[in-house]
Amino acid sequence: MGAIGAGIAALGAGLGVGLIGSRAMEAIARQPEAVSLIQRNMILTAALVEGAALFGIVVGMLAK
Amino acid sequence: MNFRYALIFTASLFISAFSLQAQDHGSSHEQDHSALSHEEHGDHEGSCCGQEEHSTEYDPVSTVMHHIADANEFHIWKDVHMPLPCILYAPGQGWSFFMSSKFHHGTLALDGYVLNHGRVNRVADPSFPKGEQHIDGVCHEARMVLDAKGAETEKDFYFVCLDGKPYQLDPPSTLDGGVLGGGLTSFYDFSITKNVFAMILASILLILVFSAVRKGYARNEGKAPSGIQSFFEPFFLFVKDEVTLPMIGEKHYERFQPFIMTLFFFILFCNLLGLIPFFPGSANITGNLGVTLTLAVFAFIITNINGNKDYWEHIFWMPGIPAWVKFILTPIEILSVFIKPFALMIRLFANISAGHIIILSLIGLIFVFGQNGENIGGVFAGGIVGGLFTAFMNLIELLVAFLQAFIFAILTASYIGAAVEEHHHEEAHH
Repeated sequence: MGAIGAGIAALGAGLGVGLIGSRAMEAIARQPEAVSLIQRNMILTAALVEGAALFGIVVGMLAK
Repeated sequence: MNFRYALIFTASLFISAFSLQAQDHGSSHEQDHSALSHEEHGDHEGSCCGQEEHSTEYDPVSTVMHHIADANEFHIWKDVHMPLPCILYAPGQGWSFFMSSKFHHGTLALDGYVLNHGRVNRVADPSFPKGEQHIDGVCHEARMVLDAKGAETEKDFYFVCLDGKPYQLDPPSTLDGGVLGGGLTSFYDFSITKNVFAMILASILLILVFSAVRKGYARNEGKAPSGIQSFFEPFFLFVKDEVTLPMIGEKHYERFQPFIMTLFFFILFCNLLGLIPFFPGSANITGNLGVTLTLAVFAFIITNINGNKDYWEHIFWMPGIPAWVKFILTPIEILSVFIKPFALMIRLFANISAGHIIILSLIGLIFVFGQNGENIGGVFAGGIVGGLFTAFMNLIELLVAFLQAFIFAILTASYIGAAVEEHHHEEAHH
């Protein structure tokens, strides 16, 4: 069960990080001069999304 | 001058360690299998208190877990282990100090301490004889136990065999309150373990590199950087321009620059050392919850002691919102003070551990496909597939090593930035 939960958490993180990446790409295409600002915020947001997913994974692993 | 002292110190550390190691060769009959011997650590004890339960089955999970875990001796190559000092304390028995080579790779018990899969364990039973004892081996048993919720779960128990009699072994105490399977046991381990050794190595490297850089700045004041200084200058500018300046702000960033830089470079050096697959590296330093906990606690303390009036006001009584919302928001804000460093701890630990697990699993493919050496074609297939994927994953991990150091630094900087930021109150009333 825990492994399934961890897998679902990874799925959520994949969706979230994918959305952030696609929107960041669009934003960079629209405003190439803001690339460093967009990149920094993209990594920051991706880290926050990933944090939530890692909670899920660790709790899933603990639950067995 | 400092540079020379540090070099002499490091060299003497290595020399003393290896000369101590040299004493006990030839007597290492236990581990003398093949190159695989330590890959099948999980079940190569052979006879356990008279029972013959030797199996050549390869167990990928226990192998991987053994490799990412901390150890009291540093395995280098086949039978060569670098001994590390053991500093142990048991209530009632007092302190014990010795080198891990005195265990003779787990064939000797010292004052009730036994080496079990590289970790020091203790026999809590007072009838176990003290002093040096020749033991027959360590055996493992899975038993069903009742946990706190009354449900039955399988738990691993280890026993040491002395004259055919089993004595139960206690693992070292951990302060996780039983959440991660640990808890307080009969002794505390303050040893210089594999992780601690690798951390000391990373610190020495940092001191050597940065004292050379400091000298460069003193020599080239007002001139272009030279030597190792010009290699590190882009990193300093990166940390300043991408991390501290935008996150903490013009006014306060210089105060926190040393802390953020220390975090960034320490995590980066530990991550990169962990990626080296042979001796001085290979320890899973930042993939250890204790290490990331310490880093996160530093971030927590520094954020909160620097919190100004506005920061605390936004936590306990958020301005500019209806009163009934404040009753919902205040508990959430108080929780978030603790969740932020907790997430920092989990993120670094999980990312680095996951990377190590993936690489070890891909290497493990060689043994799974090759049926532990019986199927030569499978060995080649596993070697090619596993080897190529491992090379690929190592490159990804190189990126992750930088990215996680950057993320830890930038998130800490953003928490500090939120704590020292001055709010304009007229804006909050819109």
